[in-house]
Amino acid sequence: MTTDTLVRRTPAHSAARPTKQALGLGARMRRHWQLYVMLALPLIWLAIFAYWPMYGAIIAFKDYNVVDGIFGSRWVGFKHFERFVESYQFWRLMKNTLILHVYELFATFWLPILLALGLNMARRRWYRRSVQLITYAPHFISTVVVVGLIVVIVDPNTGVLNQFLGLFGIGPIDVLNNPDYFRHLYVWSSAWQTMGFSAIIYLAALTSVSPELHEAAIVDGASRLRRIWHVDLPAIRPVAVILLILNIGSIMSAGFEKVLLLQNTLNLQTSEVIDTYVYKLGFASQVPQFSYAAAIGLFRSVIGLVLLVLANTIARRFAKSSLW
Amino acid sequence: MATATETALTGAPAPVRETRSDRIVMICNYTALGLFTLAVLYPLVYVVSASLSDPKNVVSGKVWLWPVGFSLEAFKAIFDYDSIVSGFGNSVIYAIGGALIATALTLLAAYPLSRRGLPGKGIIMALFVFTMMFSGGLIPTYLVVDRLGLLNTRWAIILPGALAVWNMIITRTFFQSTIPEELAEAAKVDGCTDFGFFWRIVLPLSKPIIAVNLLFYAVAQWNSWFSALIYLTNEHLFPLQMVLRQILIQNNFDPSQVRDTAELIRMKELQEQLKYSLIVIAIIPPLLIYPFVQKHFVKGAMVGSLKG
Repeated sequence: MTTDTLVRRTPAHSAARPTKQALGLGARMRRHWQLYVMLALPLIWLAIFAYWPMYGAIIAFKDYNVVDGIFGSRWVGFKHFERFVESYQFWRLMKNTLILHVYELFATFWLPILLALGLNMARRRWYRRSVQLITYAPHFISTVVVVGLIVVIVDPNTGVLNQFLGLFGIGPIDVLNNPDYFRHLYVWSSAWQTMGFSAIIYLAALTSVSPELHEAAIVDGASRLRRIWHVDLPAIRPVAVILLILNIGSIMSAGFEKVLLLQNTLNLQTSEVIDTYVYKLGFASQVPQFSYAAAIGLFRSVIGLVLLVLANTIARRFAKSSLW
Repeated sequence: MATATETALTGAPAPVRETRSDRIVMICNYTALGLFTLAVLYPLVYVVSASLSDPKNVVSGKVWLWPVGFSLEAFKAIFDYDSIVSGFGNSVIYAIGGALIATALTLLAAYPLSRRGLPGKGIIMALFVFTMMFSGGLIPTYLVVDRLGLLNTRWAIILPGALAVWNMIITRTFFQSTIPEELAEAAKVDGCTDFGFFWRIVLPLSKPIIAVNLLFYAVAQWNSWFSALIYLTNEHLFPLQMVLRQILIQNNFDPSQVRDTAELIRMKELQEQLKYSLIVIAIIPPLLIYPFVQKHFVKGAMVGSLKG
């Protein structure tokens, strides 16, 4: 009986196996040709809109002119990079970019964590629900509208901020046109917009904590704060580290659109960052300097990549979690 | 009595009696959450109230929480302002067209890359992921769009940002966790092609992720303005956000856009208040979609956190 089943089973097994594993690369590729056909469109898109611009970035090492195109223009080596590093703009741009984004990182990194811890602790369902629903909402509002909101609220004549300050005999303060306020305006409006949504991911990590851990801690007499410290925080650490790495990787580029919208000639001193400068050289000046602008953009991208790799390496060594 | 207050504070009866310090922490927590929420809510309430008030009261600063002197003038005025109306129409086109194209591309990339044992999968995946970390930059991308002859066409808004790699990864993870490899193998044995399997089995099983993609891309497209700023000079193609930028931020109010003169005089008084009602109008479409996407986004964020 047993031999019979064995005999009957073996051929089926040996027939199924070779098709799966012993097939050559070419045969396996032919077998899946339809999957490659599906991939064709996305890959064409990728080649045109992601990799062609990367190739086009070589104009940073050329003197680009419209007639000769990307390929035909003359090579000039690192001329544009040297010009940028030696220009009087360089340190100001670097300083503004770094201060703005490091400030943003410090100010906004811990807020969603706090919010998630608080939400996780709250037991009333309707309260949790409404807090979540309201704090997520700004995420779906466009940058233009957020800046429009800022403009009407801080308006020196009609805005509610100055009406309020007026009650205490302060102001009116022209917040938008003052370089001293630009960074605070930028960072805290970002906090307003992103805090609730960023909390989602921490909340997900917190709800996956086994309730037995909490129960055990309660039996051992741990207070609420101790449980947050010893149970909740370790649970969100891996997620926090990964988000921190991603944030550091985008430290040179994040939030460019909002900076551009909040910028005006009066607050340039603190609001001019690398990306807005690139935009102006390429699109807002009388004579577009494509090569010079592309060189500055490339410089920024490379620094961003280096920061990302660096942050990842450090995280892998010390926090034992990383992107790759 | 004591138990009653305790239940009121914590919602459910606590398994072990709470200490006093725990209760204080809890009260602080509820208060802090409440303040947080009010801080987020206040600007939105203020704008809505201002948009519904009498223009005089807005300009003189009498509105701070509730509408003062109810009026819908500002909303009526919006619909007489030509570029707002055309911007709204354009944004609808960009949002729908962009969402369809982008979702199709995302699904076409995500499905093959979710299949085990596809030769070259690793390399193709790496090609996608690398673009998340490094890009050619603003100027080279502009030159490509220029070279393709897309400047000043609707395609310039829809195509360059069509595929978001992050979404592709989330969609791929969805396929990997919901469509078992054995199902594909079994279909293959029964003579079903990869196309047939994708069309007849994978897509019907993937409605939630398709919906998430459509909504995500539509909202992103609705809110975007920068590609219009660099790729478009023809004002008839401007999306709503570009028009909003002109009116709200640059304070470029063009009276000639208003059709009749009686309207124009009224408009001048309304100009300040118009900003508030515009903000309200612009916020409404994404916020209408938002309750539907919210829970899917939560899922997406969770999937994304499990390293694709």
